[in-house]
Amino acid sequence: MTRVLRTIAAVGRKEFRQIGRDRRTLMILLIVPVFTLLLFGYALNFDIRHVRLAVDDRDRSAASRSLIAAFVNSGYFDLVAGVDASEATRLIDRDEVRAVLVIPSGLSRALQTGRAAAVQVLLNGDNANTATMVMGYAVTIVRSESAKYAGPARPPLISIEPRLWYNPELRSALFLVPGLIAYIAMITAVVSTALSVVREKERGTMEQVRMAPLDAASFIVGKTVPYFAISLSSALGIVLVSMLLFGMPMRGSWPMLITVLSLFLLGALGLGLLVSSIADTQQVAFQVAVLVSFLPTIMLSGFVFPIASMPRVLQLITYGVPARYFLVALRGILLKGVGLATIRLELAALGIFAGVVLLLASVRLQRQWG
Amino acid sequence: MNAITVANLTKRFGGFVAVDGVTFDVERGEIFGFLGSNGAGKSTTIRMLCGLLEPTSGVAVVDGVDVGRDPEGVKQRIGYMSQKFSLYEALTVDENIHFFGGVYGLDRARLDARRRFVLDMAGLAGRERTRTSDLAGGWRQRLALGCAILHEPRIVFLDEPTGGVDALSRREFWKLIDRLSDDGVTVLVTTHYLDEAEHCNRLAIIHAGKLAAIGTTSVLKARFADRTIVEVRTGNPIEAMRQLDATADVEKTSVFGTAVHAVLRRGAGDRASALASRLESAGLHVEGVAAVQPSLEDVFLDVVQHAG
Repeated sequence: MTRVLRTIAAVGRKEFRQIGRDRRTLMILLIVPVFTLLLFGYALNFDIRHVRLAVDDRDRSAASRSLIAAFVNSGYFDLVAGVDASEATRLIDRDEVRAVLVIPSGLSRALQTGRAAAVQVLLNGDNANTATMVMGYAVTIVRSESAKYAGPARPPLISIEPRLWYNPELRSALFLVPGLIAYIAMITAVVSTALSVVREKERGTMEQVRMAPLDAASFIVGKTVPYFAISLSSALGIVLVSMLLFGMPMRGSWPMLITVLSLFLLGALGLGLLVSSIADTQQVAFQVAVLVSFLPTIMLSGFVFPIASMPRVLQLITYGVPARYFLVALRGILLKGVGLATIRLELAALGIFAGVVLLLASVRLQRQWG
Repeated sequence: MNAITVANLTKRFGGFVAVDGVTFDVERGEIFGFLGSNGAGKSTTIRMLCGLLEPTSGVAVVDGVDVGRDPEGVKQRIGYMSQKFSLYEALTVDENIHFFGGVYGLDRARLDARRRFVLDMAGLAGRERTRTSDLAGGWRQRLALGCAILHEPRIVFLDEPTGGVDALSRREFWKLIDRLSDDGVTVLVTTHYLDEAEHCNRLAIIHAGKLAAIGTTSVLKARFADRTIVEVRTGNPIEAMRQLDATADVEKTSVFGTAVHAVLRRGAGDRASALASRLESAGLHVEGVAAVQPSLEDVFLDVVQHAG
């Protein structure tokens, strides 16, 4: 037994040293995750601010000025022009403004007499996502402005009061960061593990080690442990950076978070080993590793596209994508602080995925070991 | 008991027979050479003997262990080094020694002793902290040998160990092999440097997966006992070969550097002077003609040709 541990320790120590001296691997493991997080965290912000707004104020009253002020003070809109109807169309066509607020001339009279009045918001719909979000902002502003005029005499009989939990300001960062963690952890773990094994095949050191009385299992365990340790620290690092820079909450328990991260990473490492058993050159290994980790994690996990709106076939495929379960569990822990009972299915799915890929990988590598 | 006993060893890859019914023995402490062109089946044979490849049929017993039944047991008893000197280049000399000591399961005390031995043997004492990638080929090769024998195996397999190394380092390396052999270690080595093959106690020539010849160098050279080899030096070896091939007494010719070796037919006797006059009458300037002792290269070419 001590002999087995000694061989595993020898492999693990060697691997740590190699990682420490290999600039490319270090980059993949440490720099790329942080860089990706900053890039996506800041650049891939789905919040829309500074929407250029023109106003066609035909009422020119205190009420209309108050409404315009509400738009500007919301922080979402920048007032760039006061216009008339014909000019409004021209500005939108030339993309000089993205929205035009049209206030009808009867607004203040209508408000005084308690009649309903409609204001118009013209939106450039060429980017549907942006338009939908801007419309949402506009509706919210108009609604809260109109609440001022309801007054005690005429309380609105029925009103909808939407309330958003967990991410009340709908900050997309809070939604994105768990996805980023999945994406970054998956790529680094799969790519670095696959490359490290295939590199040994390419350079012939694998054959030299196979000549030693060392079984495939010890070699694999010794090789995986360092990558597991490094990817786990890297993933925790991303969580901490997200908390510091993007104000991400951590409402659940740390042991729970580490358990979920570990299960997910074990699956990723297993996937990397599986790739290494298929590829014979680092180039092929890299391409296959990126393909099997990057695409499903981005496309089929619910990170970018909601699973519910996918075609049925794709929905079925997502059941085989570990990031799908990981995202639910991670968002649950970080944003909602849920406990074991709530995410036990996700944990089980992650465990099964890790078990299956690790088993497949060791069977294949064992066979090649000879 | 022999160090290695091989009987009817065969390896097929699909329809291709890489090693075809090879049979031979290697005695303890012997330096046994494997000669053969690329793809002849040398490496496949070695890989089977090391327990890396399962034989399709036949038996190989290495240090008393049946390779087909207990490949792991074989690995414990042998050392292996290949032409690629597969060390970890990012690691230092010392770190490589510790790694290979670790995978062979050496405990601390034994590893310390063996580390010292290997550093001495490879001449790397004082350079323990040098990155392996910074070592010249010869040092790297000696370190690789050292790492392969950390666990003091009784049998060492060297698969073209001197590929890509300069002549001086090759000579140094063969001194190490001689030392191992003096200590009672059996060495099985493949090479295509025929001058190196002269170091071996016995040689096996493998051609197209079959054992074409086996024996000491003098036994192998004895196949020329009743044939004479004449070395011809001329300014135009190509034309000389053409002329010689057309001569009735000449069995075959081959180029050796700038000279031509002509093997004479049995019973032709020493007809060097007759050959010289024939060449001169064909207008060639003959610088020298003399009967020579067969070299291993003559033997190798002859064996391969007859094995066809």
